[in-house]
Amino acid sequence: MYSVNYHRASSIADAAKLLKTGDAKLLSGGMTLIPAMKTRLAAPSDLVDISRIAALAGITVSGKTVTIGGATTHHDVATNAKLAKACPALTHLAGHIGDPHVRHKGTIGGSIANNDPAADYPAAMLALDATIITNKRKVQAAKFFTGLFETALKDGEIVTGVSFTAPAKAGYAKFPNPASRYAMTGVFVAKGKDGVRVAVTGAGEDGVFRSTEIEAALAKKFEPAAVEGIKLSAGNMMGDLHASPEYRANLVVVMAKRAVTAANA
Amino acid sequence: MGIEGIGARVARKEDKRFITGGGRYVDDMVVPGMKHAAFVRSPHAHADIKKIDVKKAEGMPGVIGVLTGKQLKADGIGNLICGWMIHSKDGTPMKMGAWSPLAVDRVRYVGDAVVIVVADTKGEARDAAEAVEITYKERKAVIDAVEALKGSAPQLHPEAEGNLIFDWDIGNPPETEAAFKAAAHVVKMDIVNNRLVPNAMEPRAALGHYDKAEDHYTCWTTSQNPHVARLVMSAFYNVAPENKLRVIAPDVGGGFGSKIFIYPEEIICLWASKRTGVPVKWVGDRTESFLTDAHGRDHHTHAEMAFDKDHRILGLKVETKANLGAYMSLFSSSVPTYLYATLLSGQYNIPAIHANVKAIYTNTAPVDAYRGAGRPEATFVMERMMETSARQLGVSPAELRRKNFVTQFPHQTPVIMCYDAGDYAASLDAAMKEADYAGFAKRKAAAAKKGLLRGIGMSCYIEACGIAPSAAVGSLGAGVGLWESAEVRVNAVGTVEVLTGSHSHGQGHETTFAQLVNERFGLPLDQISIVHGDTDKVQMGMGTYGSRSGAVGMSAIVKALDKVEAKAKKIAAHLLEADEGDIVIENGALKVAGTDKNVPWFQMALASYTAHNLPAGMEPGLKETAFYDPTNFTFPAGCYICEVEIDPDTGKTEIVQFVAADDFGNIINPMIVEGQVHGGIAQGVGQALLEGAHYDAESGQLLTASFMDYTMPRADDLPSFQVSTSNTPCPGNPLGMKGCGEAGAIGSPPAVINAITDAIGNNDLAMPATPQTVWAAIRAATKH
Repeated sequence: MYSVNYHRASSIADAAKLLKTGDAKLLSGGMTLIPAMKTRLAAPSDLVDISRIAALAGITVSGKTVTIGGATTHHDVATNAKLAKACPALTHLAGHIGDPHVRHKGTIGGSIANNDPAADYPAAMLALDATIITNKRKVQAAKFFTGLFETALKDGEIVTGVSFTAPAKAGYAKFPNPASRYAMTGVFVAKGKDGVRVAVTGAGEDGVFRSTEIEAALAKKFEPAAVEGIKLSAGNMMGDLHASPEYRANLVVVMAKRAVTAANA
Repeated sequence: MGIEGIGARVARKEDKRFITGGGRYVDDMVVPGMKHAAFVRSPHAHADIKKIDVKKAEGMPGVIGVLTGKQLKADGIGNLICGWMIHSKDGTPMKMGAWSPLAVDRVRYVGDAVVIVVADTKGEARDAAEAVEITYKERKAVIDAVEALKGSAPQLHPEAEGNLIFDWDIGNPPETEAAFKAAAHVVKMDIVNNRLVPNAMEPRAALGHYDKAEDHYTCWTTSQNPHVARLVMSAFYNVAPENKLRVIAPDVGGGFGSKIFIYPEEIICLWASKRTGVPVKWVGDRTESFLTDAHGRDHHTHAEMAFDKDHRILGLKVETKANLGAYMSLFSSSVPTYLYATLLSGQYNIPAIHANVKAIYTNTAPVDAYRGAGRPEATFVMERMMETSARQLGVSPAELRRKNFVTQFPHQTPVIMCYDAGDYAASLDAAMKEADYAGFAKRKAAAAKKGLLRGIGMSCYIEACGIAPSAAVGSLGAGVGLWESAEVRVNAVGTVEVLTGSHSHGQGHETTFAQLVNERFGLPLDQISIVHGDTDKVQMGMGTYGSRSGAVGMSAIVKALDKVEAKAKKIAAHLLEADEGDIVIENGALKVAGTDKNVPWFQMALASYTAHNLPAGMEPGLKETAFYDPTNFTFPAGCYICEVEIDPDTGKTEIVQFVAADDFGNIINPMIVEGQVHGGIAQGVGQALLEGAHYDAESGQLLTASFMDYTMPRADDLPSFQVSTSNTPCPGNPLGMKGCGEAGAIGSPPAVINAITDAIGNNDLAMPATPQTVWAAIRAATKH
């Protein structure tokens, strides 16, 4: 790691101000940023830690509306009783990110802003049609995640939270990369009043995406059998040492089936 | 057996300091004035060094020295060597290319050390290392051993034409050819043994301290054999003569073979300490471990086995291409030869064997011994062949093995080894019973109902430990003797210190060696200390690897204890006015047998040091030294049975049962033995299912250079192991021990792959059998 100046922001406004220092980066758990800095792949001059800002943490469930603060840890998402009732698929997802250390440090805002193509949350946000709330505006998930590690966030913009309407049914199934245990393919299915949405993480060459073929099949019948036999093209899938595009195309269908089973359980 | 003696499940004495953070590793060592080093390493797999500009780096904050290979050569530091001479079948010696600790004009793998930077802090050293400007001219790289032999492949070393280090033969070719001519069945297979990264928990580290006033060097290093390190650094690398060089290997966090070898870094830190005038510490990070620790395995093999009409093995032909990486590491040549091909008879009567091994340079990290070292590769060949043969011949895998087992001992194989004792059928029976082999069909049917493919596979391994005797290994090319030393010091109050040339880096010697002393003298374990890992304390030793510390290291202790006991009895007899032959040692006292006359152990010890009343002519004191040179290898063996369930939709394998039935000879501490077996199986399952080092074929970059891409086995990848032993004592050493440290890693990979291939109905499956690989193999099988 190179030497770096650490700042603990006291408020969102304070964070926005500090973010103008040198080549500053936000720190919200640091589960990706710190390892990248240790191996000198990332070299910010300043770190602005927003994970201690009280206003950024916490979960509220009001009727069908769920709001989660950006600095809420995966552990807090995984163990929130109200959320477990409103959207158990999301607590399940959060409870299976990384390991206990990661879940107690990593935050939903940090994960979303980083948009790692193998992260779990982007799939949930896209399938739940969530709204990403920043210190400047609100952005729909579909417009927020723009590519590998790319988002619609502009300079100085901070993810302060997310909100979504709890779906009637939802499920998440992931096949972890054997080494990193990130999602090699993760599928989040959600059935809401506007229909079925299926979002896939870990598999697409441009990051998280919606599978319209699987959505169409599930719209007819929200059963695992509806997905059976779907052959997805490997053309847009990511390929690496651990999984070829063909293998990932297969995993998307298999995980979608399992996500539907979980949603119907 | 007492509660702390041989055979007792004593909790490990050393664990208290390890699990409470009290262990003292090289990185914990602090010397006044100590500074920190960082290495500039080659980013290229193969390139010429055109220019090294250190000016900018020298001007960076905190920098004390920036040193290059030219300066190292100017100071007369020698090249690294391989210490085991192998001759090719045409009689020519192996072709060893030069390996300079710091590369001078060419780099040959990603991670090759080029420059050392010494600075006040580690961060400053790393910053300055980035400021060193090196101009490279890239060359084409080759990373695969088979490719490297082709005429079009880039050449690594001028000394080794065609990248061929040696072309070595063992066995009896004409008899083997005759056996194949007479065969009723021949089974052929191509087998790849995947390359592994050892990944000890503690990365390698070195602290070099040159004391100008004394003209003396001290090296703290992560070593499995500090005495060999001193010998080699003194005799070959010209660092300092032995009397001017102390090597200390304190607590070491795992080795698995990778810390046997002398690496460039410890040599350079010692040299740099003299050059800069400050103690120099280097602690490798995980990336450096991946790139530069000697890797393991990496064999390409073609094997053929000939059977008669009754399915008895007539002969075996094996051709292996072994990738040794960019340079020949210290024992690299012995691994694919005398530690591999000598085990190709397996547990079986095979009248004729011919094996050929080609060792090959490639632009990859050096390859050397890794847990099992050659024996896992041999076992994988033999046990994949046996299982495949059973399938092709349409017979039970267990019965085909049983029919061919060696049952008479001693048994001379056609490949040097003479097996001294064993009962292979006993291990097979025990494993099959424990695994409920007979009930497998039912379990397979139940799995099928859940949509899962269930398979069962076995492996009957034999290995060779305690490489010896010294004269024999010397005749085979070893540059060192493979004996062990021990010194037993009885203090004036009767407490005991055992100084051993073995080195514990996870094996639990502080417990097991003390149990041996307890067994002999009845002293409680807290009155017995085991001292190791310091060339100033222990005179000489050969270290710990090849599961040798029980069979060889403890045998040396037995010899020293025999001498101490003889003298103690003389003293006691004198004090008790009894006959020496009537003295027995019981419950911490020396007694006259059959009487109540006795002298407590501590009084006898005190008497030896006060010397007020000793037998006439006896020297005072009670301290004895012994060197033990074994008469033969030892031959642990056993049977492993693995049962798997595979999800055909994803290709994911779950090991649902793993049974290990081993024969380790006599056992000192069953709990520690079980721990060794568990760890060995974890690494073997890691090789079979998870681990694989991959280099990019074009660029030569290591693609699996972190835990993000290199899959280490985790607890949830493994079942609860069912381990047991049925032991035949080893006739070759006083304790009847065979060794248990590597068996798990040797025996398990073929059991796992035999189980998976049984489940999926496709025998063509590479390791590691990752979900993707298994899924593709299932698809290939259904397409046929």
